[in-house]
Amino acid sequence: MTSPLQQKIKITGPSIITANRTWDGAVIYRTGAKGWSDDLSHAAIVRTADEARALLAEAVADDLGAIGPYIAPVEVAADGAVKPGNMREHIRLTGATIALPAQA
Amino acid sequence: MYAYDEIDRTLVNERVAEFRDQVKRRLSGELSEDEFKMLRLQNGVYLQLHAYMYRIAIPYGTLSSDQLRRLAHVARRYDRGYGHFTTRQNIQFNWIKLAELPDAMADLAEVGIQSMQTSGNNMRNVTSDQWAGVAPGEIEDPRIWAELLRQFTTLHPEFSFLPRKFKIAITASDHDRAAIKIHDIGLRLLKNEQGETGFEVLVGGGLGRSPFIAKTIKPFVHGHDILSYVEAILRVYNQYGRRDNIYKARIKILVHELGIEKFAAEVEEEWLQIRDGALKIDDGVVEDIRSRFFYPAYETLPAMPDELKQAAHDPKFEAWRKNSVFAHKVQGHAIVVVSLKPVGGPPGDATADQMDALADIADTYSFGEIRVGHEQNLALPHVRKSDLPKLWKALDAIGLAIPNVNLVSDIIACPGLDYCSLANARSIPIAQEITRRFANHDTANLIGRLHINISGCINACGHHHVGHIGILGVEKNDEEFYQITIGGRADEGAVLGTLIGPAVPYGEVADVVEDIVEAYLALRAHPEELFVDTVKRLGVEPFKERVYATR
Repeated sequence: MTSPLQQKIKITGPSIITANRTWDGAVIYRTGAKGWSDDLSHAAIVRTADEARALLAEAVADDLGAIGPYIAPVEVAADGAVKPGNMREHIRLTGATIALPAQA
Repeated sequence: MYAYDEIDRTLVNERVAEFRDQVKRRLSGELSEDEFKMLRLQNGVYLQLHAYMYRIAIPYGTLSSDQLRRLAHVARRYDRGYGHFTTRQNIQFNWIKLAELPDAMADLAEVGIQSMQTSGNNMRNVTSDQWAGVAPGEIEDPRIWAELLRQFTTLHPEFSFLPRKFKIAITASDHDRAAIKIHDIGLRLLKNEQGETGFEVLVGGGLGRSPFIAKTIKPFVHGHDILSYVEAILRVYNQYGRRDNIYKARIKILVHELGIEKFAAEVEEEWLQIRDGALKIDDGVVEDIRSRFFYPAYETLPAMPDELKQAAHDPKFEAWRKNSVFAHKVQGHAIVVVSLKPVGGPPGDATADQMDALADIADTYSFGEIRVGHEQNLALPHVRKSDLPKLWKALDAIGLAIPNVNLVSDIIACPGLDYCSLANARSIPIAQEITRRFANHDTANLIGRLHINISGCINACGHHHVGHIGILGVEKNDEEFYQITIGGRADEGAVLGTLIGPAVPYGEVADVVEDIVEAYLALRAHPEELFVDTVKRLGVEPFKERVYATR
């Protein structure tokens, strides 16, 4: 499998690096402080391919903390609020769009 | 049920210990994810959108009540209180933590449940007819042969690194409930003119990006030779199957590119070299496996007990009975299908409480046995007809007396984009909306048998190609669209559905299904003509016109 760092990086707007946490698989976001957070608002925002590549390299290097880091689009509102940029990331952030059976 | 012998118990326990060590080394950093990934996949551990997903095999769809209770325990203790039954007689837990997986695996091993080879490029769970051993007219119990193949292929070094995953299904009835024609190898049990047990062997079926219906490679292989013949097929596949392109790596592509005659000739040549060797099966092996299956001591009972006659006055009971109760090979008994498709619910899911309650129900009414079918429903295989009214009430009390088996709301659906990292679009909400549209039982009954299958991506875990109505989620510019096919079927007359036109957006899918069903009701020759037969008779055009006339 091609390493994410060997893939061509093309971003068209504000983006973040996301992955799953190793011990429990939870969705996490790369922060600007060389760590991870499960809160999207703590994610470091990148706007160029070079910035994305650098942040991705840092994330990939943390093989123990996270699995499968990749670049994902986000929307940044005028007040700085960050939202997922597509349906997949929306579902990863907020959970399944259906009521889970045990909660139904 | 099948009772594992000491070899299997040791194997399963050793695998738990091995995986516990692997997880420990992964969490300490001794193993990288690249090194660990294949190890976890070989134990059925995937990474999905929100969490790890743990896929557990239910070989040939047979569960004991104790095993079902243990699955409920895992759902409650390690997951979020429910499990998802799949189209391949597996159950999946969607929220399990890697750090806790070895404990969950150990708990399951205590009751003979394991997850070996439920992922990865190896031989997957061997599936069979969920009515095996109890279906009227069956040649013989196909699970015996499925178990033989399970033993043969589990950790077989030659089959552990195949070009791609490999799936076998076995049926022993004229009506194929195991969907053998969409498997890499499909086996149909039959007797030859001498009354000897053997198999029609089919090869090269599969769905996904390039769907194919399996072709017959040999009309009769004696039961004594089935392992060597399967090995010969796998050897040819292992030798020629493509490893350079994941999309062309399944055996169906090899069979298609070589042609069935050339492929069959290659297999025959290989087989002749090994057929009289160590893989020859003697009757003693088969009988030993047979002796480890549990067969109830059925009582002699009336075909129409008084309890059933009295209950027939209750229209709710009758509605359930007509769609859920099926003929059994022993008089006075019945097979009861338990639908996991409530109106507005996710197809194939069961809560831990439901699993526990159903285990108790199975103990009371079905000799402690439960079956899992590829349609994502469960079945109780040994029910006394006189117990049906009490069983119905017990199922109703846990929300599982759902009278929609084989009807339009009995939908097969993959987890889709709500869970799956491969998905392009959601499946479950589409299924839920369709079930709400057809919630009226009288309407669903009027429509009759109609199978809707939904997949959230081209990998086709929801078997959309062979749905009477198939729905495939695709993504266009970050939006969910759905392609609709009609006329597919997965049984002995398996055929791929035909695309009716351009994909429709998420919000219109249920409307389109309603349009198709309304067209069918107007076009069918008579009320007994099934939807698939109307499509076969008329083709897709009238349905296409109806759907796209106003779109």
